[in-house]
Amino acid sequence: MLEIKNLRATVGGQEILRGLDLVVKPGEVHAIMGPNGSGKSTLANTLAGRENYEVSGGQVLYDGKDLLAMSPEQRAGEGVFLAFQYPVEIPGVGNAYFLRAALNAVRKYRGIEELDAIDFLTLVRKKMKLVDMDEGFLSRSVNEGFSGGEKKRNEILQMAVLEPRLAILDETDSGLDIDALRIVSAGVNALRSPDRAIVLITHYQRLLNYIVPDFVHVLSAGRIVKSGDKELAHELEQAGYAGFEEPPGDGTPVDVRAVQYRGA
Amino acid sequence: MQDTEPLATDSETATLQELTSKEYKYGFVTDIEADAVPRGLSEAIVREISARKQEPEFMLEWRLQAFRHWLTMTEPTWPNVQYPPIDYQDIVYYSAPKSKKDGPKSLDEVDPELLKTFEKLGVPLHERARLAGVAVDAVFDSVSVATTFKEKLAEKGVIFCSFSEALREHPDLVQKYLGSVVPYSDNFFAALNSAVFSDGSFCFIPKGVRCPMELSTYFRINAIDTGQFERTLIVAEEGAHVSYLEGCTAPMRDTNQLHAAVVELVALSGAEIKYSTVQNWYPGDAQGKGGIYNFVTKRGKCAGARSKISWTQVETGSAITWKYPSVILQGDDSIGEFYSVALTNNYQQADTGTKMVHIGRNTRSTIISKGISAGHGQNTYRGQVKILKSAEGARNYSQCDSLLMGERCGAHTFPYIEVKNPTAKVEHEASTSKIAEDQLFYCKQRGIREEDAVSMIVNGFCKEVFRKLPMEFAVEAQKLLGVSLEGAVG
Ligand SMILES: Nc1ncnc2c1ncn2[C@@H]1O[C@H](COP(=O)(O)OP(=O)(O)O)[C@@H](O)[C@H]1O
Ligand SMILES: [Mg+2]
Repeated sequence: MLEIKNLRATVGGQEILRGLDLVVKPGEVHAIMGPNGSGKSTLANTLAGRENYEVSGGQVLYDGKDLLAMSPEQRAGEGVFLAFQYPVEIPGVGNAYFLRAALNAVRKYRGIEELDAIDFLTLVRKKMKLVDMDEGFLSRSVNEGFSGGEKKRNEILQMAVLEPRLAILDETDSGLDIDALRIVSAGVNALRSPDRAIVLITHYQRLLNYIVPDFVHVLSAGRIVKSGDKELAHELEQAGYAGFEEPPGDGTPVDVRAVQYRGA
Repeated sequence: MQDTEPLATDSETATLQELTSKEYKYGFVTDIEADAVPRGLSEAIVREISARKQEPEFMLEWRLQAFRHWLTMTEPTWPNVQYPPIDYQDIVYYSAPKSKKDGPKSLDEVDPELLKTFEKLGVPLHERARLAGVAVDAVFDSVSVATTFKEKLAEKGVIFCSFSEALREHPDLVQKYLGSVVPYSDNFFAALNSAVFSDGSFCFIPKGVRCPMELSTYFRINAIDTGQFERTLIVAEEGAHVSYLEGCTAPMRDTNQLHAAVVELVALSGAEIKYSTVQNWYPGDAQGKGGIYNFVTKRGKCAGARSKISWTQVETGSAITWKYPSVILQGDDSIGEFYSVALTNNYQQADTGTKMVHIGRNTRSTIISKGISAGHGQNTYRGQVKILKSAEGARNYSQCDSLLMGERCGAHTFPYIEVKNPTAKVEHEASTSKIAEDQLFYCKQRGIREEDAVSMIVNGFCKEVFRKLPMEFAVEAQKLLGVSLEGAVG
């Protein structure tokens, strides 16, 4: 479903992803762990097509198609969903209004009939139960005045409504207390399915007790330096990221001439 | 939907053609030249206008006083707008009932861009022809519909007619209230309007009557070409209520470059007037050429205790807008409100705001102003809150928010606050923001196209104002903002 080959991405003139490889198949849950600044959010943003995240090399295939050639909204239409590490507030725009606009946009893209207000309400009410949100949230402005945990639950609600095929969850666990973590995890688990892949980005092993991944990868200095099963996460918990700290330089022995060439 | 049925399209086109050809066949078109006064402005011209309209003596006197006063005045230079000098002797001040023979003959001849805009705005088909200036005066059912409305209003004693008709049928009422809120000496453009105004609307709601309908519906069907110097007078007697809607979301085509209207509102004790405007005159092209100069004086007087006047405006049109709907809070416990969205795109310039003058005790005013600038647009908010010594316990809350899109536009805020009574409370809040990249990306990641995302974010920004508009109009206003902002980002 997702094939990332030797992906390089530059942000603000600095190369952050430095040759990243990853293959994700339908139904799988992959956890990507790594210290702060290792490039986890950069990976998420690059896959979602954010401006200013320049791809400087490599390839990403999504269902065999060139993902990097698509606009962000096309990617969304194709079923790529990003739960943001820091969901933004949109003052004055109702949560329900926003969600319906999003749902109808992707339905339109997928050639499915758009939902009217009543059918939408029925659907969203059902989905809200998944993340234990009450209806009051529908009439509030998107994320405005939401607590950290409420914002994260709102992201998962959006995921539940939009039914993506590839969901990338960027530190959805950060800032959650244990109850909220349980609720959010239950929501995500309910959305696991044989034709949906999930990429869980997290700094802590804790989340993986609730959402058990099929694979765990360690990201360091813009590359995946180790992959394994869920046991790897436990090892990390014991040893910390110490073993994976960013080495001096960018971690790869490089040909000096090549560097000069790139800079020229 | 009725206006998308092909059948309706065909039959309406047929009717249009029938009507237009008829007009030629029977020679209904009056010669424009014969019906217009010569170019330029003089006392003789003012007399001529009044004579042609067969006005009562007092009206002529008033016009003449206004004209003489105007001669002593100079054009204001304080607004933050720039335009080439206007030659007031190069304007035709009266050209009665405008023949539209030079306009397009049918919708087929109308600029396809304009039609596309109508479609996007969802303007009903039968209104499109009129708005585009197609040579049809009687627009379909409007005559019978108007008559029904008129009967319904008459039952309640509500008078709603053109200013000319009011001068004929209700001269005493006009004489009593005309100029009582905006005297002819008020400012340069008000004086000019008072001297030469062509027509406009008159509305009178008698004591204790709640106007049985939004005057919008009626107005839109009857919107005649009132020309560049329009005059409106609305009077609500004790305890009366009225909601009046001016304008139209569809782009209005007009060859007159200068518009200087005057609107006067009078609310007696316990009366309430809600005046909503959506203004979408031709703003000029993307380079800033053409476009209408809109210099308007709008003012309401809360003359009686517990009265309330509320202005809501959505301004997206005109090349230059100069407009400060104001409220004089004379009655004790009276309330003044101003809710405004002003959008400037391309090379548009807007200098708008309000004036709240607190005279009575415990008077309250609220100002919510939302300015949106895109392209090279320049948006200025100018607001004055004046609390006189007599205004014991007066309160004002002002909030001015500006939203900038792009790097070349500007937002300017000039609040003037004058407080003469120590018990008064005045609060002012202001903010300037940009549509953030992260907001746009968030929307796009959810599948929403950039254009829709921009329009959604902007509409969110304006929500407090839209909420004050009559329901159906709020929907139109939202669409209008979307259309006006097309291509503003990206
Ligand atoms: N917009 C940006 N401009 C410049 N540098 C950035 C930007 N975004 C991220 N970075 C840098 O890229 C690196 C990786 O950041 P990020 O992907 O957010 O890491 P993580 O999510 O793993 O904590 C960091 O060194 C960070 O400072
Ligand atoms: Mg991160």
